[in-house]
Amino acid sequence: MIRLVLRDLRLAVRAGGGFGLALAFFLIACVLVPFSVGPESGRLASIAPGMLWVGALLACLLSLDRIFATDFEDGSLELLATAPLPLEALALSKSAAHWLTTGLPLSLAAPVLALLLNLPSAAYGSLVLSLLIGTPALSMIGTFGASLTVGLKRGGLLLSLLVLPLYVPTLIFGSEAVSRAAAGQGIATPLLLLALITLGSLAVLPFACAVALRGNLR
Amino acid sequence: MTAPLLALTGLHCSRGGVPVLEDVSLTLHPGEAVVVRGPNGSGKTTLLRTVAGLQPVTRGAMARDGDSIAYVPHANGVKGTLSVAENLAFWAGLHGVDGVDAALDALALGAARNRRAQTLSAGQKRRLALARLLVTGRPLWLLDEPTDSLDEASVRLFADLVRTHLASGGAALIASHVDPGLDARVLDIAALKPTGPDARFADEAFL
Repeated sequence: MIRLVLRDLRLAVRAGGGFGLALAFFLIACVLVPFSVGPESGRLASIAPGMLWVGALLACLLSLDRIFATDFEDGSLELLATAPLPLEALALSKSAAHWLTTGLPLSLAAPVLALLLNLPSAAYGSLVLSLLIGTPALSMIGTFGASLTVGLKRGGLLLSLLVLPLYVPTLIFGSEAVSRAAAGQGIATPLLLLALITLGSLAVLPFACAVALRGNLR
Repeated sequence: MTAPLLALTGLHCSRGGVPVLEDVSLTLHPGEAVVVRGPNGSGKTTLLRTVAGLQPVTRGAMARDGDSIAYVPHANGVKGTLSVAENLAFWAGLHGVDGVDAALDALALGAARNRRAQTLSAGQKRRLALARLLVTGRPLWLLDEPTDSLDEASVRLFADLVRTHLASGGAALIASHVDPGLDARVLDIAALKPTGPDARFADEAFL
């Protein structure tokens, strides 16, 4: 599994901008917000938690269709399916690699962008924390969507439509945690619910991915 | 006699829900190779994919160990941005087998080991895909048109590879139009076309 994660990371770096794509998108989205809603700092501060989370979520969505597509196109996926690695582990490794190239850099870059959106400084810690807890769920759910649509030409649209509703709970609890922190309230409840979603999807979805992959490889 | 590595009895297989082959029976013992022959669209790939476990068996029985299979499909599964040695090292690591250098040398790729795989020619990529067989450590080779885009010298190299593999107790099921000069049995599947009511769609559904 580690080998597969390492290979995917290496492929992402060699392909140029493996880490950069999601980050650049996140940056652009957050930079554009002050231009569109105006520079008034109070208004920006009130929408900042939501905008940051929406930006991170959309940035995650951007690279989902490549999770299995490249391996499917060059035949590697069939080889991986006949390798000693079970498909469940394959799905878990793929989503881990996706998280390391999107979720993790997004979480670490978020405070810098929060500055642009005038997020109260008290909420910086919980922003990073909520993204670190929540983005693995985004990657895992996205991997599930990608395994459902692997092999479809132009599957990206269908993938987004499938995955977006599943992303909603993560988004709600993630931005709720940041808003509460900005307002000086306790954040334990939304963070726990966020962790629940992440752990639940990590426990269940690899098996669903494997079933979907098996069906799509036929 | 040792136990067969592969035993098919009255196997039916289908591709995309359309029956492609009926009543395939075949036994493959260690040290044996079988060349599957048949015109385009007759179901060679479908047969190999079924044996590889990528497709379900519609009817009949298939006995083989899923962990004994090394499959080389049409596509090479080569990552262009990784070097030749890195490509192979990944598969070797996944299968827990050493011998990347030996495998590269066996297919005359030693000189290209540090080149990016995207700079290889089609024949070299094919040889890299075949080198993967050596780092799986698995006895039952399923080869789909292995000599695709190989030159004469490489075809001989490939034939030697298969002979060595057979001599060490392996077996190979090869779908090929070209005769690589192996002393192998031939399974002609052209006659095994399905006769059921859906049969007329078989050719269209193959692709």
